[in-house]
Amino acid sequence: MTRKGAQVHAMARSFAGLARWRPGRSRRAPLGPLDYGRRLWLRIVVALTFILIYMPIVTLMVFSFNDSRRNIVWRGFTTKYYVKAWHNDGLFEAFTNSLTIAVVSTIVSTIIGAMVALLLWRFRFPGKAAYEGFMALPIVIPDICLGVAMLVFFARIGWPAHMPWPLNLSAITIAHIAFSFPFVSIVVRARLAGFNRELEEASRDLGASEWQTFRHVILPYMKPGLIAGALLAFTLSLDDFVVTFFTSGPNTVTFPVKVYSMVRFSVTPEVNAASTVLILITVLTTILAVRFQNPARN
Amino acid sequence: MSNDIVSVQGVSKRFGSVLAVDDVSFGIPRNEFFALLGPSGCGKTTLLRIIAGLEHPDDGAVIIDGEDMAGIPPNRRPVNMVFQSYAVFPHMTVAQNVAYGLRVTGTPRAEVSRRVDEALEIVQLAGLAGRKPHQLSGGQRQRVALARALVKRPKVLLLDEPLSALDAKLREQMRLELANLQQQVGITFIIVTHDQDEALSMADRIAVMNEGRVCQTATPDVLYESPASRFVAEFIGKVNLFESRVLGANGRTLAVEVGELGALEVPHEKAGPREGAAIALAVRPEKLTISTAPPDGDGRARLAVAARVINWAYYGDTSHMYVRTEKGLELNVNIQNTTRDTAESLNVGDAVWVSWAAADMIVLEE
Repeated sequence: MTRKGAQVHAMARSFAGLARWRPGRSRRAPLGPLDYGRRLWLRIVVALTFILIYMPIVTLMVFSFNDSRRNIVWRGFTTKYYVKAWHNDGLFEAFTNSLTIAVVSTIVSTIIGAMVALLLWRFRFPGKAAYEGFMALPIVIPDICLGVAMLVFFARIGWPAHMPWPLNLSAITIAHIAFSFPFVSIVVRARLAGFNRELEEASRDLGASEWQTFRHVILPYMKPGLIAGALLAFTLSLDDFVVTFFTSGPNTVTFPVKVYSMVRFSVTPEVNAASTVLILITVLTTILAVRFQNPARN
Repeated sequence: MSNDIVSVQGVSKRFGSVLAVDDVSFGIPRNEFFALLGPSGCGKTTLLRIIAGLEHPDDGAVIIDGEDMAGIPPNRRPVNMVFQSYAVFPHMTVAQNVAYGLRVTGTPRAEVSRRVDEALEIVQLAGLAGRKPHQLSGGQRQRVALARALVKRPKVLLLDEPLSALDAKLREQMRLELANLQQQVGITFIIVTHDQDEALSMADRIAVMNEGRVCQTATPDVLYESPASRFVAEFIGKVNLFESRVLGANGRTLAVEVGELGALEVPHEKAGPREGAAIALAVRPEKLTISTAPPDGDGRARLAVAARVINWAYYGDTSHMYVRTEKGLELNVNIQNTTRDTAESLNVGDAVWVSWAAADMIVLEE
């Protein structure tokens, strides 16, 4: 039996070899329908998209080490602009402001966004479709309109402008929460859409109360969505210029607004250095978040 | 009825314009393996969910162990369920899944671990306590779902199509295991299935459902050999149906006229249908005998008809022969391939005789 099996295998192998063999042709197998990786046009598209997205960022990072004030041509390697950026009090303050606002608005908008997502996923109520539409509206409203609206709103209700740090950032933070929580709710809701309702029923059936079911079954399931939504909210807040510009006062400058004012005079490697640090912080946060999301993979 | 662990009384449930469960009543005695069998959409799963408390009946009552379940949420009912998708919590290990139902109700830690070990032992998963569900096969996930429900020591275990996601071989093995498990733990099982083999092989009693109503509740053999209606006869197993007309009742037999077979007498215990009523006679394919020579009478009243083989399907252990009589009636005959050359002895086009005992014919009034 085993010998016969071996013979059959040997025959099968030689048949397979025959099938691959093409007399007088190139030895490469013909392109399969899904062998996109071997098609030239596809490689060009991939290369182009990569260049478009990452060339400017790489250039920015490289020129942060440029030993030139004007930062137009390469004049040698230096790290002095990192030191200079670190000692630039205005820039440093703007940086801290941005991070503070981003952290607070991320936490609050993740909570509100998750609650909206749960509400829309879990319940039926009159006017649900309208509510859903209004929740998505901030995503399509142009930032400039939102910015002006916020400016007018805070002026109208007389929101105190001169408060000690970090309370002076409250107006910007509220504005940031307003435009980032709809994104969180969309991400979380997309995650919830794949939830197997039998898990919830199983939990209830096994004796868990509604709160226990939420805490031990639904919340763990939502976690990847919450993390993705929080990351999105964090970057939205960190790099927002338009809305912040309208809601910030002279003492509450954020990083993008500060960079803009610096660039109006000249683009020094200092700006590049600070931007590089910002990119590193966001990339690191993302890596950490992804790791936290899938601890099993490591 | 008072001795029943589960009593369903006049339960109805409507989803929009669809009446999913229509005035269903039955009782299930303690330690019974009870099956709800029916085609998809017949309301059997809805009924199970009503018993579990996951749906509220529009009408009627569910009484479990003498207690009316109206208004009692699923987490406070003495029943547990094995879901069709198994619903094993993906972020918990096997042991955490099984422990869940005890943890949320505040069982002391030492007792939890003892009972979890016990439950995992019963379903033969003791070595996999630390695994995550995605590292398990479908059969193992199902065992987790079973252990998770059994660890709660419910009065009734509900199983919603528990074997439908398993492959054929495993399904057969699990049928035996489930039946043995039910004997071992001594808990009432209610299983929902659309697979008649599953119900027939495992259950003590089966309720056949169709369009929200229970058609017949009986033991498997009664259901198969004495179906109460045409639907039950056709849903469970295969059947050869003859449209016929009643000529007259004569004590324990019924004289009928069958177009293709002429006048004949069949046994019928119940008070017969009226003369001239249209009824159906049914005979199961394995009750039919096929032979190349005309059968000789063996004392019992036997019906014989000449036919020609028109098609046949070979299943290894059995062959399903399809024959057509001279009058155009098509019959399905199952033959056991008792010898290695049984299957070779008949071919399509062969002239054969099909015969069966009149006593094997079932009278279907509906």
